[in-house]
Amino acid sequence: MAAMDVDVFSNEEKRNLSLGGHVGFDSLPDQLVSKSVTQGFCFNILCVGETGIGKSTLMNTLFNTMFENEEASHYQNGVYLRPRTYDLQESNVHLKLTIVDTVGFGDQINKEDSYKPIVDYIDTQFENYLQEELKIKRSLFNYHDTRIHICLYFIAPTGHSLKSLDLVTMKKLDSKVNIIPIIAKADTISKSELHKFKIKIMSELVSNGVQIYQFPTDDEAVSEINASMNAHLPFAVVGSVEEVKVGNKTVRARQYPWGVVQVENESHCDFVKLREMLIRVNMEDLREQTHARHYELYRRCKLEEMGFKDTDPDSQPFSLQETYEAKRKEFLGDLQRKEEEMRQMFVNKVKETESELKEKERELHDKFEQLKRMHQEEKRKVEEKRRDLEEEMNAFNRKKVAAETLSLSQPLKKDKDKKKSVKMENQSGVTASNSKVMMAKANVEPLNCQSWWQAIQCCTCLVHNAAWRPAGLF
Amino acid sequence: MTTNIRYKSRIPVKTEDSAEEKQYVGFATLPNQVHRKSVKKGFDFTLMVAGESGMGKSTLVNSLFLTDLYKDRKLLNAEERINQTVEIIKHTVDIEEKGVKLKLTIVDTPGFGDAVNNNECWKPITDYIDQQFEQYFRDESGLNRKNIQDNRVHCCLYFIPPFGHGLRPVDVEFMKALHEKVNIIPLIAKADCLTPNEIKKLKDRIREEIDKFGIKVYQFPECDSDEDEEFKQLDKELKECTPFAVIGSNTVVEARGQRVRGRLYPWGIVEVENQSHCDFVKLRNMLIRSHMHDLKDVTCDVHYENYRAQCIQEMTSKLAQDNRMESPIPILPLSTPDAETEKLIKMKDEELKRMQEMLNKMQQQMHDKD
Repeated sequence: MAAMDVDVFSNEEKRNLSLGGHVGFDSLPDQLVSKSVTQGFCFNILCVGETGIGKSTLMNTLFNTMFENEEASHYQNGVYLRPRTYDLQESNVHLKLTIVDTVGFGDQINKEDSYKPIVDYIDTQFENYLQEELKIKRSLFNYHDTRIHICLYFIAPTGHSLKSLDLVTMKKLDSKVNIIPIIAKADTISKSELHKFKIKIMSELVSNGVQIYQFPTDDEAVSEINASMNAHLPFAVVGSVEEVKVGNKTVRARQYPWGVVQVENESHCDFVKLREMLIRVNMEDLREQTHARHYELYRRCKLEEMGFKDTDPDSQPFSLQETYEAKRKEFLGDLQRKEEEMRQMFVNKVKETESELKEKERELHDKFEQLKRMHQEEKRKVEEKRRDLEEEMNAFNRKKVAAETLSLSQPLKKDKDKKKSVKMENQSGVTASNSKVMMAKANVEPLNCQSWWQAIQCCTCLVHNAAWRPAGLF
Repeated sequence: MTTNIRYKSRIPVKTEDSAEEKQYVGFATLPNQVHRKSVKKGFDFTLMVAGESGMGKSTLVNSLFLTDLYKDRKLLNAEERINQTVEIIKHTVDIEEKGVKLKLTIVDTPGFGDAVNNNECWKPITDYIDQQFEQYFRDESGLNRKNIQDNRVHCCLYFIPPFGHGLRPVDVEFMKALHEKVNIIPLIAKADCLTPNEIKKLKDRIREEIDKFGIKVYQFPECDSDEDEEFKQLDKELKECTPFAVIGSNTVVEARGQRVRGRLYPWGIVEVENQSHCDFVKLRNMLIRSHMHDLKDVTCDVHYENYRAQCIQEMTSKLAQDNRMESPIPILPLSTPDAETEKLIKMKDEELKRMQEMLNKMQQQMHDKD
């Protein structure tokens, strides 16, 4: 064999060579396997379904162990996700299993936002992985991958069709995670109903464009079994951790008065199929799909959002560093601009308020001056009136004295005069007291008023209350 | 004179008889007369079924009345149900058994709880029930009362899904909205997915939650103390069994050599009428054979009277607001005056007080300066 030009970057056709003997690189898969085994595997399952539909029981049944779980209540305010990580071991294979439960799903009266926490959780896991990937010093081989590899969607066995909530949620999730729909509590549907139910569900999913996970049929070793399983979706499962004696064996089953539903009996339910597909055959494919399809989609969308492109307008490949620099400069520029804007706005606002305040001050001042002037007017008038009244009083007193001296000589006219005089006295007394009050007020009020409005009010009510009305003012 | 003759003809007139027959008045035949008249008149009963789609409501109704009310029913797809509103559909059938005619009306509520946002999805149902009450109230107060159609809902069967751990918020809200308007009988639907232990746990849970939330479901009347022991025992068992866990079936299967209504599974046959399988028989006996009339009575005497009293109060309070004078009809005391008007009144009172004080002060000052 002549030495060939090893030109890694050329686009020439690669030729097939035949080997003259056993080289030994057929052990590569074994090396890979032993490396994986030592590393340990990790698998993340998300269970979405109503409260009480059997998610925890199914997980216990699938993995043949009792994960601790408290029953959830129906009265949660919203949906929240509860991830739990367990370390399982079977022969020499370690599995780090994370089960994420949706607590409170389907319980609220208004379920329009029920899907949001789930989508957010999935995105967060992707985000964490992306962050790790973009780090300068990263340790991907050590990283605990929390991305969801499979979402088991539990459908309630109504026998008619999907619920509206199921449809809406699956549509939101199908581009982010592998979905396998399952019919839960399938021991409530008879065989004929089940057949119709499955067909209805699949047709609804197809007609609404929901992409569920298809078992891969490209690998010959498993293509046949996968193809046949694809036809059995959605799986109708029954879960149980209780053991019942059937014949001379103890199997996991549910005991009813009319019979015993065996979990691992293929004619009773599809549990065995689910376990085969999920764990024994396609676990690795699920992880691959998550990484290669869903995660890549997320990453691409995220980076495009941030402004990265694979090729610039001239179709030259961008380098990541350049894009980073450009982005950073842009960002700083933006920041500065925003700061400037805010400062401008602040300054403007301050100016505005200042001018407004000045205006108001001026107005107040003017009003106060006006008020003072009015008060002076009033005071003057009141003074005049007082003088008039005093004159009147003096005149009256003189008359009184004259009348008294007269009455001493004329006792018969006394009463009438007395009455008249009493009346006149009262009137003048009242007016005198009024004027006193007014004067008192006029002397006191303008200084004691807390606001010019109160002052005006006092003035106006006094003027109204007085027994006389000066002409011209009102 | 004529009345006397009529009465006389009723009393068995026998002059030379033994002492017993002389003391026999004869009104012991009244029950027979009632029976005869009622058979002639016929009965009517309105039953409402409520619950999410797929709970087996139609199947149960068919099993209860041994007929098929729901031929050619169209069910909606999931996408059509995302924004579905609740409809009210009535099916009326006339059935007869041993000369007794029953006009049965089933009120169906498709769409309940099916939409994504189920806020106030029970409103159409409460409106319907109120409408029937209103119509009956109007008819009853009318001039010609010969042929009143009684469309009031006598009983509401509410189907609780067995897949959960108890009552869900929508169940609680629905029952609280309706428990003062109609007799509610909660049922656990599709009970063939629960083992006997699970059924017991769920029933206890539901009873607890019904108490906790203060929901007034239909209570069986106490049996008289002079009934025999067996009856009392049955009655007690009945009461402890609520809510009933029911299974319905549209198909007849062969079981133990007989043809029965049931569901065929690979692991066994569920018989609808087998007491150890489910409480269907208890429900049927209670609903149809023993308590149908009591349900009607409670509807007429309690729920309808409550509605009527409330209606009249509202009408008279409106009258009092419109005319400020004493109306010729004695006005019932308003139990809860309007909060708004109270506030306004308080405000005006305070203002008046303030003005009064100011006036007093000014007068005082005037007096002092005097």
